[in-house]
Amino acid sequence: MSEIHLQIDGKEVVASEGMTILDAAKTVGIAIPTLCHHEKLEPYGGCRICTVEVEVRGWPKLVAGCIYPVEKDLVVRTRSEKVDKIRKVLLEEMLAHAPDAEELQALAKEYGADRDRFEKEPSFCIHCGLCVRYCAEIKKKHAVGFVDRGSNREISFIPEIASKECWDCKECFPLCPTSALQAAYVLAESLIPQPDAEVSSCSCSCSCSGKSGTGE
Amino acid sequence: MTMLSSPEKLECARKDIVSRIDPTKPCISVCAGAGCLASGAAEVIAAFKTELEFHGLTTEVNTKGTGCPGFCERGPIVMIYPEEICYLRVKPEDVAEIVSHTIKEKKLVDRLLYVDPATGEKATRESDIPFYKNQQRNILSENLRIDSKSIDDYLAIGGYSALSKALFQMSPEEVMGEVKKSNLRGRGGGGFPAWRKWEESRNAPDPIKYVIVNADEGDPGAFMDRALIEGNPHSILEGLIIGAYAVGAHEGFIYVRQEYPLAVININLAIRQAGERGLLGKNILGSGFDFTVKVHMGAGAFVCGESSALMTALEGRAGEPRPKYIHTAVKGVWDHPSVLNNVETWANVTQIISKGADWFTQFGTKGSTGTKIFSLVGKITNTGLVEVPMGVTLRDIIEKVGGGIPGGKQFKAVQTGGPSGGCIPEAQLDLPVDFDELTKAGSMMGSGGMIVMDEDTCMVDIARYFLDFLKDESCGKCTPCREGIRQMLKVLTNITTGKGKEGDVELLEELAESTGAALCALGKSAPNPVLSTIRYFREEYEAHIRQKKCPALSCKELIAFHIDPDKCKACGTCFRQCPAEAIDGGKKRIHVIDQEKCTKCGTCFDVCPPRFGAVRKISGEPVPAPIPEEQRAMA
Repeated sequence: MSEIHLQIDGKEVVASEGMTILDAAKTVGIAIPTLCHHEKLEPYGGCRICTVEVEVRGWPKLVAGCIYPVEKDLVVRTRSEKVDKIRKVLLEEMLAHAPDAEELQALAKEYGADRDRFEKEPSFCIHCGLCVRYCAEIKKKHAVGFVDRGSNREISFIPEIASKECWDCKECFPLCPTSALQAAYVLAESLIPQPDAEVSSCSCSCSCSGKSGTGE
Repeated sequence: MTMLSSPEKLECARKDIVSRIDPTKPCISVCAGAGCLASGAAEVIAAFKTELEFHGLTTEVNTKGTGCPGFCERGPIVMIYPEEICYLRVKPEDVAEIVSHTIKEKKLVDRLLYVDPATGEKATRESDIPFYKNQQRNILSENLRIDSKSIDDYLAIGGYSALSKALFQMSPEEVMGEVKKSNLRGRGGGGFPAWRKWEESRNAPDPIKYVIVNADEGDPGAFMDRALIEGNPHSILEGLIIGAYAVGAHEGFIYVRQEYPLAVININLAIRQAGERGLLGKNILGSGFDFTVKVHMGAGAFVCGESSALMTALEGRAGEPRPKYIHTAVKGVWDHPSVLNNVETWANVTQIISKGADWFTQFGTKGSTGTKIFSLVGKITNTGLVEVPMGVTLRDIIEKVGGGIPGGKQFKAVQTGGPSGGCIPEAQLDLPVDFDELTKAGSMMGSGGMIVMDEDTCMVDIARYFLDFLKDESCGKCTPCREGIRQMLKVLTNITTGKGKEGDVELLEELAESTGAALCALGKSAPNPVLSTIRYFREEYEAHIRQKKCPALSCKELIAFHIDPDKCKACGTCFRQCPAEAIDGGKKRIHVIDQEKCTKCGTCFDVCPPRFGAVRKISGEPVPAPIPEEQRAMA
């Protein structure tokens, strides 16, 4: 594999083809924050917290470090006033959903993000998609997915699949960066009826189990 | 159906079709585009058929439904050939008169002609109408010459001769060279040079390549692509096959939104007709070149107009953008090199090959060659589709072609580029329409939506409107776009409802900056409506925030309606029409609006006779106290 020379935060870095900026930075001990990145999963580039500044043929632009492939003579800045400012706002936007998530709080400290800047919308989910992608790519079960789009996008377990597959798996729980509660909460609802319980006759699309009073 | 197995056979077939057309035979063409159909064009066509039959003229006079000529404001549009008489806003009840007068006696039906509002002069022919006169309709003019469902009509005007020329007189490299020389830039929004995508794809080692038509036109108010694909589907197909030949692709897709049912029908019909004639499929025109094309219907997501999202959707997955650090021209649909161009771009390819790059570059500016079609909508006298050479000024489009602002109102801004574009104020109206100039002004060419706004439009509310659109149309994958739009919309909603506070404009700017880290161009450009209105109309933001005043008197929460007791003549019109029963009045009693009950629908304002003008809108100041009961009786 051919060697690629580039510069990250002033350091000369020798990377190999196919590496991302994130990979290359790691080899010289430069840490770029990530939330949606996972080594076992396909690159996603959703959370954008790994945003870095690069200069391509003299033009500065913002790219996601976790997906941007290394190029010859690339100049990368993983911390700059602009990058820090963007990370700060992104964190504040995510903290509106998951104010108590430990990972977010640690990053908030680093970037001076105010957890109370935006009105709280505690859905707990920051749409990193780790649960969705893990279930699809590693487990190949597609028991959890995204529904709707834009501001209304949310994760949802597919009851027909989840009731069969999730019971003894739950491998997505520890992946959730905000709190495993979110996944567990939704999952628990969708897991009714339990595999050995009576099959419900309810055909509604929610996860109410068909017995009145068990839903909200 | 004869297969056209060589260029000679194509020319023979063309000659045969043309020989059967008698140029002196009267022909009644009715626009059968979506706009005119909505105003009753189908009934008009039916009425003509019945009327001609009644007069026994069916064999002597042709009738056809054509594509959209663009003057949608005045539809349904009827053209009578060979005299080229243009009748506007034709209704089925006008048809008998047209047949008896114009067809039989060669006399004009005066009341259906265009009247110039400035001079009062009547125009008989289309080319005399200022709306058309000030355009350069290289592409749109063909819409009017053909029945969009007839391949023979397209062949009669020279259709597929560009394809024949490309396949038999040019190498793929020469086709590429001609497109490069024309400097054709993508008409879908970004303005990326078409040849660069083509070249990248052609040079990619993967032998499986695709060419795609992007007909997922989703900008509010835009319908250029719709008119082209409905009106002249073969011209797009021809451009696509030429592109495939240049790139080395043997399969193509047309991604068209399902909300355009007529476009879907017409393009499918065109594909079938072209296949039957040997212009699609194996060994096209006997050249040895194979190409097939499939139509894919989009399910109504704005974001699927973005190239990588469109390709993801083509693969059968949820339409979400992917990072494009490796261009889709190299790794697109199913990871194969894929050239995606907009409908209008493909239509231009046909003309460039047919007439040459030198012909093409005589129109437009150095950086932006050719013509561009805009859909001119909003507060404008002549709503419709306009095609102008690049480089004309916005002022010319709005005033000369568009006929200015109706109702004596003042122009305020023009929004170009759809939800990703920006608002351009009066001071910038002499800006030439050019990819780079519009970007410099903080807007963008976009696909060609042009929304004109007058003094009654609140610029903060316009920004809010576009963000509200984007809130639902963002795919939601990346944080800056999903959350940035959510937060910006909240701030804008606060400002327009009187809850704005100091620092809100700065907060919007900060949120807009972070949106620059979004994954796709749609997200990155999402703050443009906000940034451009702040840039040019900052004082409106400040008035909303500081004085709780909407200068355009448009934001409901910030305005009140008041009846001036000195002007009210107790005519009772507003009293009777107020749907909220919020007006206290009676015979010879000055009317008063109960502010508690008022829903601010504006009915009283609209119905108060102009000679009284007693109802006024108030913003940023207290509503005068209602006059005491005892003083309400009029003398």
